[in-house]
Amino acid sequence: METITSIKPLLAVLVSLLITPILVSSRGPNVRETWTFVAAGLKFLLVVSMVPAVLGGAEIVYTMAEVFPGVAIKFRVDALGMLFALVASSLWIVTSAYSIGYMRGLNEHSQTRYFVFFALALSATIGVAFSANLLTLYLFYEMLSFATYPLVTHHQDSEARSSGRKYLLYIVGTSIGIVLPAMLICYNMTGTLEFSRQGIFAGTEPRSTMLVLLLMLVLGFAKVAIMPLHSWLPAAMVAPTPVSALLHAVAVVKVGAFSVLRVLTGIFGIDLLSRLDLGTVICYIAAFTVIVASLMALSQDGLKRRLAFSTIGQLSYIVLGVALLSPKGMIGGMTHIAMHAFGKITLFFCAGAIFVATGKKNISEMVGIGKRMPVTMIAFFIGSLSVIGLPPTGGFFSKWYLVLGTLQADQMPMLIVLLGSSLLNAAYFLPIVYRAFFCTAEESMFPNTVQEAPVWCVTPLVITAVGSVALFFYPTVFLQLAELAIGK
Amino acid sequence: MNAHYPALLVTVPLLSGFVISTAGWLNKRFCFPIAVAALAVSAFSCVGVLLQVIEQGAVIYKLGAWEPPFGIVYHVDHLNGLVLVVVSMVALINLIASKRTVQEEFPEKLGPFYTMYVFMCTGLLGITVTGDAFNLYVLLEITALSGYGLLSMSNNDRSTFATLNYLYMGTIGACFYLLGVGYLYIVTGSLNMRDIAQILPSLYGSKAVVAAFIICLVGVWAKMAFFPLHGWLPNAYTFASSAASGLITPLVTKVMIYVMIRLILTIFTPAFAFSVVLVSKPIVWLAVIAIVMGAVLALASRNLKKMLTYIVVAEVGYMVGGAWLGNRIGMTGAILHIVNDALMTLCVFLAVGNIVYKIKDTGFENLQGLFRKMPFTMGAFVIGAMSIIGVPPTCGFFSKWYLISGGLQAGQYGFVAALLFSSLVSVVLFFRVFEIGFYEPLADHHGHGHSAPQPEPQPQMHPMMDEAPVSMLVPLMVVAAGLVLVGMYTGDIVEHIVRFAIPNALI
Amino acid sequence: MEDIVQTVVAKYNYWIYITLMMLGLYAMIAKNNLIKKIVGMNIFQTAIILFYVSIGVKKNATIPIMQEVHGHAVNVAAYHNPLPHVLMLTAIVVGVATLGVALAFAIRIYNQYKTLEEDEILAQIRTREEQMGKI
Repeated sequence: METITSIKPLLAVLVSLLITPILVSSRGPNVRETWTFVAAGLKFLLVVSMVPAVLGGAEIVYTMAEVFPGVAIKFRVDALGMLFALVASSLWIVTSAYSIGYMRGLNEHSQTRYFVFFALALSATIGVAFSANLLTLYLFYEMLSFATYPLVTHHQDSEARSSGRKYLLYIVGTSIGIVLPAMLICYNMTGTLEFSRQGIFAGTEPRSTMLVLLLMLVLGFAKVAIMPLHSWLPAAMVAPTPVSALLHAVAVVKVGAFSVLRVLTGIFGIDLLSRLDLGTVICYIAAFTVIVASLMALSQDGLKRRLAFSTIGQLSYIVLGVALLSPKGMIGGMTHIAMHAFGKITLFFCAGAIFVATGKKNISEMVGIGKRMPVTMIAFFIGSLSVIGLPPTGGFFSKWYLVLGTLQADQMPMLIVLLGSSLLNAAYFLPIVYRAFFCTAEESMFPNTVQEAPVWCVTPLVITAVGSVALFFYPTVFLQLAELAIGK
Repeated sequence: MNAHYPALLVTVPLLSGFVISTAGWLNKRFCFPIAVAALAVSAFSCVGVLLQVIEQGAVIYKLGAWEPPFGIVYHVDHLNGLVLVVVSMVALINLIASKRTVQEEFPEKLGPFYTMYVFMCTGLLGITVTGDAFNLYVLLEITALSGYGLLSMSNNDRSTFATLNYLYMGTIGACFYLLGVGYLYIVTGSLNMRDIAQILPSLYGSKAVVAAFIICLVGVWAKMAFFPLHGWLPNAYTFASSAASGLITPLVTKVMIYVMIRLILTIFTPAFAFSVVLVSKPIVWLAVIAIVMGAVLALASRNLKKMLTYIVVAEVGYMVGGAWLGNRIGMTGAILHIVNDALMTLCVFLAVGNIVYKIKDTGFENLQGLFRKMPFTMGAFVIGAMSIIGVPPTCGFFSKWYLISGGLQAGQYGFVAALLFSSLVSVVLFFRVFEIGFYEPLADHHGHGHSAPQPEPQPQMHPMMDEAPVSMLVPLMVVAAGLVLVGMYTGDIVEHIVRFAIPNALI
Repeated sequence: MEDIVQTVVAKYNYWIYITLMMLGLYAMIAKNNLIKKIVGMNIFQTAIILFYVSIGVKKNATIPIMQEVHGHAVNVAAYHNPLPHVLMLTAIVVGVATLGVALAFAIRIYNQYKTLEEDEILAQIRTREEQMGKI
């Protein structure tokens, strides 16, 4: 394993951090938005420039400071981190474009604050992706929590305030109350927190200790919204839709899932988990969340809330895939990070576009909207297919691997869970699309004229929808990264 | 000059006090520059002496060239070298930052104020640098008396009464310390710290030595506001002027913690403190109560400054508990926390000073819309709050890490739980303030609590910003940046300085 | 019984200073009047000063002022220990300074609240706070 030392990971993190003063002092909204695009583009280019090295089997490392004996604030770009970073940085460009359409379309207040904290949140996300050890990951995880608070509570009304409190309670409460002591116990037991293939434990510790630590570290990263620590996610839907789109379908929740993946693969290690049969415990917890979340999604009328519950279920797919501990399952879980991101962000973009164009938030009010906003609803259809896991979308690809993974791991209950939840996904997505397009003229709530959302809103969702389809045909990059991540 | 750093850092502020007092009669405008010059020389000497200590080990300076134990000796090792730098830097930064508020709050008392300011610095630096137990008492009282003067010199009505209550406790504390030194003198015949430490081991069985230890300890606890002797602190510090709180709150309690650590590590040695006198567990439990109580009382406060003083009470609990865990990691955490807590307390109190400059009151009902009005101040306040909560990469996280690790290693799970509890409570405390500053529409300056519904402000680039002046903002930004820098350099600080401050006997 | 009497009589300076200290502490805590509290504080400090001076005493020794030393060593046992006296000079000065500051505060408090009784002052503070809270 070749190790290259380069400052690129740090630069990728810092790009968006450093433009915040420029954003604050911009003379006008167009200048500000231009700088956001510049930063997003630079970040993406920096990330992409490291892809060849990583695909070649190397790791890019950069150490900032050794703060404790044996633990430093350190970046390492490996395959799994690169996978996540590619998703996050590419989707930021698209979301910035969408934000322009959305925020200007609704004439929202405090747009500078919005863009500044968005940039900070992305900085933290890339930081999490490139963390070399649990301490650095924790650092950026916390930074993300606090950077997203002003975004979640953007509207500054009483609903935002109570959602903000819930957000803090669940996310900061668990990270300080559960993850921090667990991390300290690990450090005191082993003297290191570096992610490595064989984990950090010597393998001689009793199973009960390992189980408790595992549960603390998996449930403590509440951003992954495993039940019962999931309620913050529907509550956070009070945020403006671009915030929900990137952060809660892609960045924040994926950071949670990614952290759990790092814990499973880098702190405990696949060997230790399979030897002590701890993977099954996590499988069942994840499976529970998958089923219950899908059921709850069925009962939601608010479109964004339905999408939120769908996300909760999908995140547990990722955890489930890796907890299966079989190669195909793990590849499925890891690639699902990318596939679900593109699918879900399309769905959220559509939800926001509908709100900008018609002011509607509830599904029951969206009968016949397909005639008025055909592009949007077709994109919605494609996004739904991806989340359900049907070809020709990328979601099919990761679900296929997940299914194969359950067979490989000999976990039949999990197979049933996967197939059952796919049916449920179809049950809560397809009716929306059906009623949007196929209804009589009387039932339709909208005039027949085509009147889409502003172009800055529609273009991004078309791009991500096309991306979801493209991932079906060209999943190579993500597939290769996932294969490298599990050591094939 | 190099050889005289230890003397310079105390005598320059001392002499400048007299100069300022005289100059104040002639022309008030001379007071501030002289004070800045004096503290700058002092800070420079402190840094110089710390670098000397890092390079060659302890620096021993004999005052008047009298040999110890007959003469008074200034003994600078890694422990007090670090504390010296922190004290002088904090004092200097606060002096510069508070120029405007002092000008505004008591323009006719500039002379006396700056005189007492530098005398207090003399006292604090002297306590830190001295190697003689009685000399420490003298400087303790210099600090205390100038502190009383500074704290009561305020526009707030309640400051005098609160300071008088502090005076009682402070005097009791100092007298107890004096009594303890008296006992030590009876049994050893010496007043030099290291001389006493050499003579004591043969006397460990004696009750007088145990009594001396406990009495000294109680005296120092009264001065640092350790539970249950903390009652004087919230009132005394809340009603003081911004300039005085900015100097006294970050420093006095920390220097007292330094004295306690000096008692444990140097005079009485860890062997005595942890093995012969079996008080470490009860003391850690007292620390737990201090932390929990500080957190709970902070929750009950409706005034920002008072809330912060209760947080100081909790922080004292951190450091006392950490020092008494009895292991190296805990002691490292306590020493590191002296540095970190001084910086983060300075940060939040400077921010509060800015707020008071603009809004004149720190009751919660007056803090509405502050984020919009004073974004830079509140930004720095957020960083200070993150440090108090314990969020990386600010320095507060790293010392908390050491403290929790020490607690885990010593099996003091109550202490660990208290630390985590107070972190979570701090999140609530600060986000309460952030919510008020973030959500509510701007209150007008007369402090009326209710607000008429205001029209949605137009999307502007920089709406209604009314920040504190640059001379108050820049030091605050420097300190906030320092919090992150010191955090990142924790490894270096521990590796090169704190590691040598703790005797090898302590594992 | 013998032992106790012996301890008390032999170490009578300790008992005196402890009694004085407790008197001072009692006055500081239990008395309502500010001046009485301040006096109590002074008694407390004086107790410690007396204690220190008392430990320098030696049997059959004289006051530590040297007369006509002709080049030979001083017989230490013939003089009381002067070091505690010197230390206590400092402590006395500190005590006086503290007393002065405390009395200055008392004057200021009297000018503000027109009383020196602590309970009345606290009552006045409470009323003022309530008034300010109501505005």
